[in-house]
Amino acid sequence: MKMALNCLKVGQSGTVVSVNAKDAILRRLLDIGIIEGTRVSCVLKSPSGDPIAYLIRGAVIAIRNEDSSEILIEADSPIQGVEKYGTYCTVGR
Amino acid sequence: MGLTVQSVGNGAVNTDIKDKIPRDAKIIALAGNPNVGKSTLFNKLTGMKQHTGNWSGKTVTNAVGEYKNSNIHLAFVDIPGTYSLNAHSAEEEVARDFLMFGKPDSVVVVCDATCLERNLNLVLQVSEICPKVIVCVNLMDEAREKGIFIDLKGLSEKLGLPVVGTSARKGKGLNELISAISAVEDNEYSAKSRIKVTYSSTMEKAIDMVKTELDKIITFYNTRWLAIKLLENDVNFIASLEQYLNFAVNKNTSLLNALTVAKNFLNSKGINESAFKNYLVSGLVLTAEAICDDKIISFKKADYRSRDFKIDKIVTGKITGPVCMVALLALVFWITISLANYPSAVLWEFFSFLEAKLFSVSLSLGLPLVLADMIFHGAFRVLFWVVSVMLPPMAIFFPLFTFLEDFGYLPRIAFNLDKGFKKCSACGKQALTMCMGFGCNAAGITGCRIIDSKRERLIAIITNNFVPCNGRFPTIIAIISMFLVGGAGASQGLLSSVILTFAILLGVASTFLVSKLLAVTLLKGQPSAFTLELPPYRKPQIGSVIIRSVFDRTIFVLLRAMAVAAPAGLVIWLFANITVNNITLLSYMCEFLDPFGKALGMDGTILLGFILGFPANEIVIPIIIMAYMGGGTLTDYSSLFELKSLLISNGWTITTAICTIVFSLMHWPCSTALLTAKKETGSFYWSFIAFIVPTFCGMLMCFVINSLSRLF
Repeated sequence: MKMALNCLKVGQSGTVVSVNAKDAILRRLLDIGIIEGTRVSCVLKSPSGDPIAYLIRGAVIAIRNEDSSEILIEADSPIQGVEKYGTYCTVGR
Repeated sequence: MGLTVQSVGNGAVNTDIKDKIPRDAKIIALAGNPNVGKSTLFNKLTGMKQHTGNWSGKTVTNAVGEYKNSNIHLAFVDIPGTYSLNAHSAEEEVARDFLMFGKPDSVVVVCDATCLERNLNLVLQVSEICPKVIVCVNLMDEAREKGIFIDLKGLSEKLGLPVVGTSARKGKGLNELISAISAVEDNEYSAKSRIKVTYSSTMEKAIDMVKTELDKIITFYNTRWLAIKLLENDVNFIASLEQYLNFAVNKNTSLLNALTVAKNFLNSKGINESAFKNYLVSGLVLTAEAICDDKIISFKKADYRSRDFKIDKIVTGKITGPVCMVALLALVFWITISLANYPSAVLWEFFSFLEAKLFSVSLSLGLPLVLADMIFHGAFRVLFWVVSVMLPPMAIFFPLFTFLEDFGYLPRIAFNLDKGFKKCSACGKQALTMCMGFGCNAAGITGCRIIDSKRERLIAIITNNFVPCNGRFPTIIAIISMFLVGGAGASQGLLSSVILTFAILLGVASTFLVSKLLAVTLLKGQPSAFTLELPPYRKPQIGSVIIRSVFDRTIFVLLRAMAVAAPAGLVIWLFANITVNNITLLSYMCEFLDPFGKALGMDGTILLGFILGFPANEIVIPIIIMAYMGGGTLTDYSSLFELKSLLISNGWTITTAICTIVFSLMHWPCSTALLTAKKETGSFYWSFIAFIVPTFCGMLMCFVINSLSRLF
């Protein structure tokens, strides 16, 4: 099921389908290895639920929800309560 | 224009380095992602005590150290950690420019064995621009503990580069690394073909068009790479080209033509500039991914991160996260305060005794009274006060802080606080620069280079002073212990640390508030992209923590304070003893400042202390005491805490104490911090803002507190 990266709950994983972020953010995301096909898992939420830390290519990296909501992923397993993608995700806090 | 200023700044860094390197030494650059143990490796290789921290971007300028044995003389240059050479932030630009234009003989790319694949991204980029590259896979011990095994020989064959495994903290593999460097330097390393990142045939064709043209006009190690950069239209890089190689792309018509033709060709195939950039990075990432197959890296433990995640769950938890932060802060202060009292008293007594002895001995040796008075009751006295009040808390606080730093806790603070900074349109990494500010605001201001966006960097620089540095909080501790808590002891120590924690939280709150105010007034803008790595926790090496923090930080800060204290003591003594119309200069000054001081809940003497403390905040309290004592007329104070009666007899109340604490927290930055702000912002205007903003806040706050206290 396709959804925005920030919709993942802690412990869940997925594969990046596309990155639609603006240029400056895109560069940063590419630098840490986020491209089509990259495996990502959600590992940690900060006290306020933003930013969220993901395991990406062996490193734990925190990304703000504003930026991670621009990353479309295919989740490994369906996640309840998430129906659409691409919008700012408010579930699973 | 801004670009030129930046490039000049970087150029200056590079020339500095060349000056420091002996001519016969080979220059070896140490490159790598942030937080891969690069600085530790550098220290082990060179024996130089450069401070390292477990967070991204500790190395803020290029540091140089030498290695020498019977065969080879090497000068290692530790360049800032970067994820890529695409240069998004000021420090990444320093790194790239040094590799490109600093002409190092060889480059050692240091990698983290626990996340090798991501690190290879940089290896691939460096190998494109540097002819001599050695790959150093560090943290092998940590990887082994986590059940990660790496086939170094296989990796070397795939990359076509020499690969050495090291565990820098334990000093393992360093000799092998030196031999590998020697072999490369002596051209003994025969590389099979080096790995090359290839792109689609369309892109290769376009790259080739530009490369052919470049080959005609410039001699450069890798014109293919240069062609890619030009096609990518990396504006910063093109400016650097002109700066360092005197190669102006815009003035070369045949090259411009070739570029246009190539770009049109790309566009006709549906690849615009932004798509081109994306393919470039994807190419690197995919190549790195292909290298790291099951044969090269094998994972023997599925849950190798479970311990880290358990800790993280607590220190970043919804409730436990903030609680941990405040509790740790209070704990550090409590340990500092309760342990510092005793040595402070001992030092105080020892130096008082020494002062009296030296004074009488020098008189008996025939030194004139005035001179002896000036030296021992002026310069020496302020000097010893600074040592006895400042040294113990520093010597305890610094190791504790370094311990947290080495453990890897600080990036978690940034993680916890980022939401707050985002709301203020600032960057979460500002939390890291604030932490550096606890040690020294000048270091904190330099550390702001880790923040990519110029706007957010300026906010961090201007507000850094709201975190009290080590020169200031012994002042705050002393006043808290004297006025807000009765006497010394375990429970009083606890109360002091709680009050101090509140003072620090006030500073943090002001940081947020002022950041927000700046973001809606002088520095308007949206928060920029933010990615923060949370590195694995590492066991701090207790011995080296203590040695490093005492020698690197404590001694350094103390020497600086002492260098200022002695002359300041002399000046104060002169002020207190030179009279005009039977009134001392000191009285004139204090009287002049008194109305201002009183309005702020303090007095003229305290304000004078802060003004004279401009070169080093450590001397504020000693100057105030000296001024109250008025040079000649002395009572013997056998203990630090009997000073309270002196202060009270000079009109101090609880309000005075609180206002002095607040003003100490918020006033002008010391001269070093201000000069650093000037250097980092390159502008008088922003340095002035960095001066006026905390000063104004402090004055406002003190005025309000004072007015309120009069009401009740």
